[in-house]
Amino acid sequence: MGNKHVNAIVVGAGAGGGIVAKELSLTGLSVVLFERGGWATYDDTDTDELRSQRTTVLGNGYGPDDLHYKRVVVNNDGSTTIVLPSEGSYNNIAACVGSGTVSYGAMAWRFMQEDFKLKTTYGSIEGSTLEDWPLTYEDLESCYEKAEWEIGVAGDATQNPFGAPRKKPYPMPPFSHNREAKLMVDAAKRLGYHPFPIPMLRNSIPYHGRPACIRMRTCCGFACPVNAKCGTHNTVIPIAIGSGNCELRINSVVSEILVNDQGKITGVTYFDEKNNKQNQTADLVVISASATETARLLLNSKSKFFPKGIGNENDWVGRNLQGHAYTGAYGIFEEEVYDDFGPGASVAISDFNHHNPGIMGGGVLCNEFIRMPYLFTGVRPPGAARWGKEHKTFQRLNFKRVAQAVGPYQEIPKFESRVEVDPTVKDFRGIPVVRLSGSRHEKDIEGCRFMSEKAELWLKEAGAVHTWQSVGGGKGLSGGQHQAGTCRMGNDPQTSVTDKYGRIHAVPNLFVADGSLNVNNGGFNPVLTIMALGFRVGGYIAGEWLKGNRFK
Amino acid sequence: MKLTRRRFIALSVLAAGGTCLLNRCANPALSPWRFITVGESNLLDALVEQIIPTDEWPGARDAGVTNFIDNQLAGVYSRYQETYRRGLRVIQETCTTKFQKRFEEFSFEEQTQFLKILEAGKMDGLQWGNGFDRHFFHLIRDHSMQGFYGSPRHGGNRNNVSYKMMKLDYPVIIGQNRYNLKSDGK
Repeated sequence: MGNKHVNAIVVGAGAGGGIVAKELSLTGLSVVLFERGGWATYDDTDTDELRSQRTTVLGNGYGPDDLHYKRVVVNNDGSTTIVLPSEGSYNNIAACVGSGTVSYGAMAWRFMQEDFKLKTTYGSIEGSTLEDWPLTYEDLESCYEKAEWEIGVAGDATQNPFGAPRKKPYPMPPFSHNREAKLMVDAAKRLGYHPFPIPMLRNSIPYHGRPACIRMRTCCGFACPVNAKCGTHNTVIPIAIGSGNCELRINSVVSEILVNDQGKITGVTYFDEKNNKQNQTADLVVISASATETARLLLNSKSKFFPKGIGNENDWVGRNLQGHAYTGAYGIFEEEVYDDFGPGASVAISDFNHHNPGIMGGGVLCNEFIRMPYLFTGVRPPGAARWGKEHKTFQRLNFKRVAQAVGPYQEIPKFESRVEVDPTVKDFRGIPVVRLSGSRHEKDIEGCRFMSEKAELWLKEAGAVHTWQSVGGGKGLSGGQHQAGTCRMGNDPQTSVTDKYGRIHAVPNLFVADGSLNVNNGGFNPVLTIMALGFRVGGYIAGEWLKGNRFK
Repeated sequence: MKLTRRRFIALSVLAAGGTCLLNRCANPALSPWRFITVGESNLLDALVEQIIPTDEWPGARDAGVTNFIDNQLAGVYSRYQETYRRGLRVIQETCTTKFQKRFEEFSFEEQTQFLKILEAGKMDGLQWGNGFDRHFFHLIRDHSMQGFYGSPRHGGNRNNVSYKMMKLDYPVIIGQNRYNLKSDGK
């Protein structure tokens, strides 16, 4: 039985793909939205820390599962290790409808103007593929605004003097601070910094028919029990389906992009929920499968027209993989600073995001999301016991007295950090798996040290009696849930994979719409930028379609 | 009398109880565990109790951490089955060869010293080669922490003991925990 031909296929119902599906289906295109996972609900994982998205030791509550997926990691000495999704080095991103937007902490950052022109701002850096984006912040501003209003963001941009200029405020007022954040707001002001409420993709008031946040302890890493967290699963995807033009096909894994005997893209091959191989044809295909899986799909789509994989003529697909180097400091306070008022993170400073002496970029610094008990077992000052009675006593006495200031340092892109497909290892369905290799740029650690020093100062001023730094940016591979960069946008087809609308160079009807496009990843959590890119790519295709362009 | 299924099970339980009194459940068919043996469970009890000892609050043994590990070894941690089987055996062999005692028979402080050597990767003997000592120690440490501090749904953290110790109300009654009824709610 064949599938009916549609106008558009979107691969991946996450932050980018959900938005593209909605933009296209409301424009009148018939759409099939593929998602390798299913619908994740609160009850599946509940408040179970060991299966949460932050601590996946007993499996990923939000997918993917250890049975059907694996990856190969190339170690520093050249040897390889096969890793499962529940292991950190897999660099997992959630596999469910909404993907990471179901269980994320939901920080809603716009990148800064400088983030779109790092090369102009900082010049070339040795060993880095640092480059300007083919678009400016101003080009993306209206898309950021759409993301904020259609998905839903609570915040107050007027309190952040370093934020990029904007036309409209956030649709919802900011969240109130918990005890720890109040101490840190006051301390930041005393230090001359500019604290402000973190913009959040979470309802501070009822919005779009869903209720306001109830301040759960288990928020970051978990689904929301009252649906107050705003993701694509409870906003744009239901709208897309409701249009009557979009079919969501869950538990369906796309394995290859179909190319006909003239070298044209005609659709995709996928494994349906019973693991039967099927074809779906379409006029155009948009891949939004995450920086690792989008690259894998392009590289697995080899044919006589694309012998190295689609878009990979110049060996740029899968290159420049980056995540974030999380860096900061911890402080122990004499009094309890924990008042069980979730999700924890609410105050930020963006004073050290750019124009810091001697380092490239920087990043935002925030107080941290609540660390659940098992995660907290790893939070210890240097030299403290890692097990035994002393460790247990620390856990009991200090769980409610420790605060953390931490942020994502913007990593320096490296050509050698990459996604390939492994020549031999295949997953459950027989699809060649992702092979990860490379390491961070050696200068990343300098930026991390700088930010950690500032974080420690901030905690001391807030009253911490004992502080220590946790410096990120070590030599390891970076990807994780902030994974980005593997199908870089650019004007020059020699040094990029897509054009400034996310279209694969020289392929008229194949687009990318996820973090793969990011030329660099900002000193921020990247999700709002991925959503904005979804609106940009989806909006471009929709606009062209209405003009009669069929991308042939 | 006809031997019904129900009656058969009742008899089996009786038999198991009787056997246990006599020879400590040496018969694997009657073991309460999913993967580990009764002998291994005694050793594992002692090991996890070292990681999270009893103080004014219950330790890992009473919190059911051995049960947690056994649960996982029969499930999502089945990939660690061989490591546990080998590691537990080699610990016991090291103890009995060098000191003619089982690990559980050492004093608590002696056990701590043994684990510190294991953690430091300074065990003698080929069986501990290639960093197996450190590797096995970290596995037991991590799994103990998970069993003690993770959700009780996985077989550890009995009676929410770690949450109580850390003064975290649990289970979270959605929304309700936000309101302190004794004060003005601030």
